[in-house]
Formats: sequence, C-alpha cells, structure tokens
Amino acid sequence: MPIEAKELELLIKKAFPDSDVILKDLVGDGDHYEVTIRSVMFNDKSKIEQHRLVNKALSGYLGGTLHALSIKTLSLDN
Amino acid sequence: MSDKILIQIKSDIENNNVVLFMKGSSQIPQCGFSATVCSILNNLGIEYKDFNVLLDNDLREGIKLYSDWPTIPQLYIKGEFIGGCDIVKEMYASGELVELLKKHELIA
Repeated sequence: MPIEAKELELLIKKAFPDSDVILKDLVGDGDHYEVTIRSVMFNDKSKIEQHRLVNKALSGYLGGTLHALSIKTLSLDN
Repeated sequence: MSDKILIQIKSDIENNNVVLFMKGSSQIPQCGFSATVCSILNNLGIEYKDFNVLLDNDLREGIKLYSDWPTIPQLYIKGEFIGGCDIVKEMYASGELVELLKKHELIA
C-alpha cells in the first residue's frame, strides 16, 4: 500500500523540525521515493546514526507500507 | 521467532569476513537495492557470503531485529554492521569503503 508524498514529508518534518527536505517520487506510484534530508540534528553523527534517526521517524512504514525509499542525510556541519 | 535464528546470524556474521543479507542471491538479485550492493562488491572484487532472506522468513525478520535496522540489504564487514544500500553507495563513492576493506586487509 503506497504512502502519499505529503504524509511522508510530514513525518520527516515532525521528527526533524529544522530540516530541508527534498522528496522525489521516482516512479509516480507513491511507493518508490528518494529523500534528501538536511538537518542540524545530524551534526556530529555517523551515517549509521543519521539513518537510524530517519528509520525511527518512519518506523512502521519502512520495509512495510513504503517499499522503496532511498535516504540521503546531510548535516549542517558538512 | 526463536533465539536460534539470532544465534545463527551472529555466528554467520562472525565466521565470514564480508556478509550480505539480501533479497535474491548474488547471482540473481531480486531487488534493485540488493543488486546495487552486489555490483559494488563485485566491482571491488571481494569475496562475500550472501544470504537470501526471501528463502527464510525467520532470517528476514531476525536480521532486522539483530541490527535494529528495518530494511534489507544489510552489509557486514568483519562482524560490523556497515549499512544498507544508500550508505554502502555513499561509502563507495567517497572511498571510505575501500579504506575500510584495506584496513581489514580484504583488498590490496
């Protein structure tokens, strides 16, 4: 079952209020997205830690409702 | 799911230098993300042990629990969880992955 882009962006914004989010619906089926998130909350964290924060924000969706999400995280200190 | 699968996963990760839990096999990946990681590992010319989670639902759920990571593929090098497709791709592009493999003397 797909997820609306707006809903996905809302979930991310809720977890990372300061973030810039670029969301691409790769196929147009609401099921294959690529997201780039830039947030101060990623500062001083390893890639794994950054991705874990995103995974947590999207828990219950990733690997379930949301089949394919490509994640890119950027901190403000890089 | 029993603890047996977690013990099995731990032992597989500890007994192989490079381990990839994926959808499909390294010969025939059945997911784009898994295929990407395979092609990176193949480009680097390193040997790795692949486990197809589509053949074993306990393994599929167990590996997510083991790493506290909700998606597959998952790459492990020398017992350490490296990440999924996005992180492996970034580390390959930045040269970090090659450095890590060199450090462990898995490539020259």
